[in-house]
Amino acid sequence: MKILVAVKRVIDYNVQVRVKDDGTGVVTENVKMSTNPPDDNAIEEAVKIKESGKVKEVVAVTVGEDKAQETVRKALAVGADRGIHVKVDGIIEPLAVSKILQKIVDKEKPDLIFMGKQAIDDDCNQTGQMLAALLNYPQATFASKIEVKEKSLEVTREVDEGLETIEVNIPAIVTCDLRLNEPRYASLPNIMKAKKKPLEQINVADLEVDTKPRIEQIKVEEPPKRKAGIKVGSVAELVQKLKNEAKVI
Amino acid sequence: MSVLLIAEHNNKEVKPFTFNAITAASQIDQNVDVLVIGKDVDAVSKSISVVPSVKKVIQVDNEIYENFLAENYTPVIIKQSENYSHLVCSANTFGKNLMPRVAALLDISQVSDIIKVISQDTFLRPIYAGNAFATVRSNDKKKCITIRPTSFDPAPTTGGSAEIVKVEGAEDFKITKFIKREEVKSDRPELGTARVVISGGRGMGSGDNFKLISAIADKLNAAIGASRAAVDAGYITNDHQVGQTGKVVVPDLYIAVGISGAIQHLAGMKESKIIVAINKDGEAPIFSVADYGLEADLFEALPQFLEEINKLNTIQK
Repeated sequence: MKILVAVKRVIDYNVQVRVKDDGTGVVTENVKMSTNPPDDNAIEEAVKIKESGKVKEVVAVTVGEDKAQETVRKALAVGADRGIHVKVDGIIEPLAVSKILQKIVDKEKPDLIFMGKQAIDDDCNQTGQMLAALLNYPQATFASKIEVKEKSLEVTREVDEGLETIEVNIPAIVTCDLRLNEPRYASLPNIMKAKKKPLEQINVADLEVDTKPRIEQIKVEEPPKRKAGIKVGSVAELVQKLKNEAKVI
Repeated sequence: MSVLLIAEHNNKEVKPFTFNAITAASQIDQNVDVLVIGKDVDAVSKSISVVPSVKKVIQVDNEIYENFLAENYTPVIIKQSENYSHLVCSANTFGKNLMPRVAALLDISQVSDIIKVISQDTFLRPIYAGNAFATVRSNDKKKCITIRPTSFDPAPTTGGSAEIVKVEGAEDFKITKFIKREEVKSDRPELGTARVVISGGRGMGSGDNFKLISAIADKLNAAIGASRAAVDAGYITNDHQVGQTGKVVVPDLYIAVGISGAIQHLAGMKESKIIVAINKDGEAPIFSVADYGLEADLFEALPQFLEEINKLNTIQK
């Protein structure tokens, strides 16, 4: 079996994001970038399944500008065997990403496709489901537990009501929740070794996919700021304020 | 122009956020039809048909829809989508799972999680965990939209009389099988719609210590929330998680206990009307969004808080 894992480069989750003064987006210059956190869980899970002997190869793929390769290198450093970078500049919407990934799936023919459930930059939560639709594959979204069976996966999904378990036939798409596992860190020797692993670069133009944005970003602004609150000195004062000032209890 | 809203329900009752989604849909266009897909859902259709802003309820009843699998829902929605300019549902786990599958097959670039309808093609949506708001215009002819339910009021649920039309379903996808659902039953209000939410973080120290929170929740008729750290530590189940990857809540009162206030947590609660933070670290970022901050050891403060509210003559429910 082979697993394809899609990873995205985003602003690091610890960075306090700032909106650009001209309203065209957020500041990305000189800002720390990392792999989208749940994509790390997707890689970790694929590598774990490989280590269990059920999978032969893990291929990491990313779609984005040149620097997006960093996320593939990181995946290679924690155990992926090979990387693919589809080079695209500018804004690319989940629909276009899923069409690009469809082309990669056609070529690579993986048995399973993993990715994070949502990217923490645009917060769209679309790509996995869209790819599943285009391929007419089953989708197991928001996975917090994956059990690999002979021809299927049993996946526990995190849903609003609690947990849901479904069984999906292989080939299938799984989008991963942060609770799926604890991603490992790359050791220095493995980072060095990863530099020698194959990383294929594909130009998006060669895939013949329409990547033109359909959604126009008119303006990006700061959310309304909360007015500064006060510190209270005691629990009694707090309860009194909630009762008589805020009138919420 | 007309909107097709996909209802969320449990085959017996409409999920409350469907009514918030109806409000959002009717802000896009006055012609709102609701699609109810499920098994033995007559009662669900009926309760939606009395919502005044709903023009028509389309019911698709078949046992293959019993567990709301997106793979089975999708062809039905696509078949029904022809006459509509907008397809809408809630951006909770139901809608997040479903809508992109529909959008991709219709070759539509979905607009996720909108918090405001600006016009029929332009919407406001939070990005970067709510640290920025983007105004976006969809240039697709037909639009697929998910709405953040807590940003819209629920539609009134009486007085209407929409017709209910029953239509046939589509084929069973078969290769996705539902196995089980583990719902956590609770007598408390739902986290997403509760008037008061009290949440615990890693500072709670153990799952057992959450009883300090539940005692107060009982008194205030509050829902219990948690930070991701508390869920990851195993103190409480995932359905309590508030934040970027959990639930977004907008209660009148949000009490954060032992929660430091990571960006990802703030994303799920900072629109609350009144925020209280109880934390022993005076520098914790949670205080920057709190209307009332109390710098204190929660193990002393929570029992005192319970004692103080017990002294009150009346407590709002």
